[in-house]
Amino acid sequence: MTLRTGAALAAVTALTLTACGGVSGDDAAGSASDGYHGTLQGVGASSMRAAQEAWRAGFQTANPKATINYSPDGSGAGRTAFSDGAADFAGSDRALNDEEMTRAFAKCVAGTSPINLPVYISPIAIIFNVDGVTELNLTAEVIAKIFAGQITNWNDPAIVALNTGVSLPNLTITPVHRSDNSGTTENFTSTLSQVAPAVWTERASGDWPAAFQGEGAQGTSGVVAAVQSGSGTIGYADISGVAEAMTMVSYSLDGMADYVGPTAEAAAQVVEASERVAASTNDWTLELDRTAAGYPFVLVSYAIACQQYADPATGELVNAYLSYLASDEGQLAAVPQAGNAPLAGELAQGVQAAVATIE
Amino acid sequence: MTVTGGNVVSEDLAPDQSLLVDRRKLGDPVFKGFSVGSGMLILVILAAVAAFLIVQAVPAFVADAADLPYGNTWGYVAPFLFGTIWSSFLALLMAVPVAIGIALYISHFAPKQLASPVAFVVDLLAAVPSVVFGLWGINVLAPALVPIYQWLGANLGWIPLFGGNVSGTGRTMLTAAIVLAIMILPIITSLSREVFLRTPGLQEEASFALGATRWEMIGQVVLPFGRSGVVSAAMLGLGRALGETMAVAMVLSGGRNITFQLLTSNNPNTIASNIALAFPEADSHAVPQLIATGLVLFVITFVVNMAGRAITSGHGFRLAHKRAHKEG
Amino acid sequence: MTADAQPDAPLGDQYMPRMSLTAGQLPKFTDLGLLVISIAVAAALLALFGSFNLVGAILLGGPLFLVGIYALAFSVEGRRRAVNRVARYVIIGAFVLALVPLVSLLWEVISKGLPRFDWQFFTETKRNVVGEGGGAAHAIMGTLVVTGLATVFSVPVGLFTAIYLVEYGKGGPKKVITFLVDVMTGIPSIVAGLFAYALFSAVIGPSKSGLAGAVALTVLMVPYVVRNSEEIIRLVPNSLREASYALGVTRWRTIVKVVLPTSISGIVSGVILAIARIIGETAPLLVTMGFTDSMNTNALPAGGMNPMTALPVFVYYEYTRPGRPQQAYFDRAWTGALVLVLIVMILNVIGRYVAKRFAPKINR
Repeated sequence: MTLRTGAALAAVTALTLTACGGVSGDDAAGSASDGYHGTLQGVGASSMRAAQEAWRAGFQTANPKATINYSPDGSGAGRTAFSDGAADFAGSDRALNDEEMTRAFAKCVAGTSPINLPVYISPIAIIFNVDGVTELNLTAEVIAKIFAGQITNWNDPAIVALNTGVSLPNLTITPVHRSDNSGTTENFTSTLSQVAPAVWTERASGDWPAAFQGEGAQGTSGVVAAVQSGSGTIGYADISGVAEAMTMVSYSLDGMADYVGPTAEAAAQVVEASERVAASTNDWTLELDRTAAGYPFVLVSYAIACQQYADPATGELVNAYLSYLASDEGQLAAVPQAGNAPLAGELAQGVQAAVATIE
Repeated sequence: MTVTGGNVVSEDLAPDQSLLVDRRKLGDPVFKGFSVGSGMLILVILAAVAAFLIVQAVPAFVADAADLPYGNTWGYVAPFLFGTIWSSFLALLMAVPVAIGIALYISHFAPKQLASPVAFVVDLLAAVPSVVFGLWGINVLAPALVPIYQWLGANLGWIPLFGGNVSGTGRTMLTAAIVLAIMILPIITSLSREVFLRTPGLQEEASFALGATRWEMIGQVVLPFGRSGVVSAAMLGLGRALGETMAVAMVLSGGRNITFQLLTSNNPNTIASNIALAFPEADSHAVPQLIATGLVLFVITFVVNMAGRAITSGHGFRLAHKRAHKEG
Repeated sequence: MTADAQPDAPLGDQYMPRMSLTAGQLPKFTDLGLLVISIAVAAALLALFGSFNLVGAILLGGPLFLVGIYALAFSVEGRRRAVNRVARYVIIGAFVLALVPLVSLLWEVISKGLPRFDWQFFTETKRNVVGEGGGAAHAIMGTLVVTGLATVFSVPVGLFTAIYLVEYGKGGPKKVITFLVDVMTGIPSIVAGLFAYALFSAVIGPSKSGLAGAVALTVLMVPYVVRNSEEIIRLVPNSLREASYALGVTRWRTIVKVVLPTSISGIVSGVILAIARIIGETAPLLVTMGFTDSMNTNALPAGGMNPMTALPVFVYYEYTRPGRPQQAYFDRAWTGALVLVLIVMILNVIGRYVAKRFAPKINR
């Protein structure tokens, strides 16, 4: 607490020095009759930005004296900031791995380890832009071959066979991938390596494998822009960044199962079939089984927080905020904004119970 | 040059001014101190940046390649290094002649009422954030260039530069270079214009009086006078092009292959752009390698500047410049 | 691009007897007429090959016109005048060529920025805004604070360094500093950001603040101030300095009273150019300042994390990480860009006024 008072003092000094008042909020966190107050810093995955915006708005509206900042610097930046103590919680497209869990975390009570909580489940849409084509069915193998550069024309027999009645033009396929290192790419390549291991021989990676070329574009919006402005393009993007009007691929593992689009329900099916590989009671690290029925191109983002914060006031505020975003109400609040698949069933209850133990 | 003579005289004149004299004696060293101190501060800042880069990058150079996330650091940085130099070279090739053209137009050709607004618009463009150049590049420029690229690829594909599969989205090395060229255009233009405007009028008139056409006058007087300014303007532009981050990251479809082909989807990325793309997701053991690439870029800037300096201090040029100054 | 100056025409060519003053000159409207004809011919040629389009016609017509005007002028006016004409049109051509992307860019920013260019954009923040509405007051404030701090740090250092280089420096140290300034202009912006972040981390622990952003921008801005001011101060005629010294004025008073006022207009426009250069920086601020949707005017790293949002960062995230409906985010991004350009425009106008108001009148 002394540190925070010092900080507040510094803030006040700054105020008088620069004489241009207005600090973003009281630095001492806690709850009072008028709701929670204080400031939280979150840093992490940019995929979560849209959802975090909805959650923060919901939480800050209910607690006008609280300020939650979320800086979408990236998952890696978020994990680093969290372990350095530059962030109160992190957003990450993957859970902390074993090596990272053993580090010292500046914000946590020494000796306790942080917990990984899946809070944002989002389908990754495969978007395409081919004149006159509005619907496209593809199997796992064909998708893998397109992105690996083995199928290069839209009228390739393999694609035509899956889309009877659709007139596919004689047009070169331009596959668009993320040029930046991203969780979306990691989940996309992870899916391909599980559902089409014969074609996709590279392992999952946040960087696009150099062996498979194609067009690179920065960020979700870059991929969407490249797909929209080019012709004969196909790319993958987190559903929150895809405009409703864009044409998306429907997927089936082998052509036998029903074709499903990137809907929240289909994505939730895969997540529910997944296994929990937790390090501790309150940790909810998931191992996704992407060969299960449903839509396997799914991004699961975690909120990473301390089990026990060195500063109890921070712990209380983190508890309150994460409780809100893990709650059914919070999960639903983000849907119109981010198109995520709300947590459901056992997973939802488990995460909610885990969040409640943060102190 | 010392001016103590002046002090002596004033001391002799009026005893009243002793105060003034004291202040003058104090003023000069203090003022000079500030000046020298500021120069030293530049040195310190630069040394600090260099030290920061070196300290952070050391692990990437000493560690075993197998332990590094991107493998051997030199192998990792090579394509980006090539991409950085190649894109900046192309940008400079396009921007400098055009910038000199605009600067000359403003300083010596445009009617007075037009020159000032045009200069204003060009200055304004220096302020457009690189993000906006990036947005414009992907939304307007790249799609507009696709037909031209396709034509080039179909008809001039036998020239290695235009070979390969033409990109369907136009986000190629040539597009990135054009965006860079447009970004550095205002910087080069502004400085060149300022210098051209200050060409001594007497010399211009002398040249005309000898019967020179306007273009001959420019060749004889304006360009030699302004050459130093143009070169340092080009250096500023090159510095910005080498280090440009966001616009390239957004516009270029970058990868890790080294190629001179301008129109394909597979281009070498630039160092700065690669740092911006990889940094957000980089884990703590990947950061040193990214900073190592930043160090390489820093060294390149050193080398390029040295080269630029060598060019400007060429003998013939210095003579012309001196002459121009003396007569001005 | 530019045609090399041709060796002078043989003497006889120039001293051919002329009947009247206007003899040997192309009639006034030849150029315009030829331009129209060239473009028409180019269009016809393209149409012949079945690939007519306006841009192609202009691109092909341009060189055609240059060749034509050279041939025509050569036959009537002689080689030197022909070269002069061609050079003139090449320069105008360069200007028009450059104008195309520049105007396109400005048009894009203005047309896309106007829909959200309303009162709300300047008075509200994005706190608790989901989807449409909200504004960028916090980001505008952030940009003003951070750019202001960077300017306050950079201008004295940069100006004094320029004074050192022109007025005091000589020999080795001067060369070294000149060279280092050049090198400094080449520091990639993201490296400056990483440096500032590491600097603050080393001193007060991991932190993000407006001050760190200002330091990063200072590293980028100083060399521009030095370069621009140095070029201008160097152009102050030595005769002015010598006159001042001859009157017994000390060196520093000569600099303050004679050199700086003489070059003030150039210095001010140089500083504004330097501000323009950094006000749109995104990458270093992403690393150093963090991100918030709420108003924050305190740039100090109070309590370690004190995030502040600057306009370019706001634009970047609104565009690259939109929520729904996307258009609302894109509109805010473009308006942000427009505001940035406007800020620089206002600075420019102020700069010009200052320059006019305080610059002493000298012979040019």
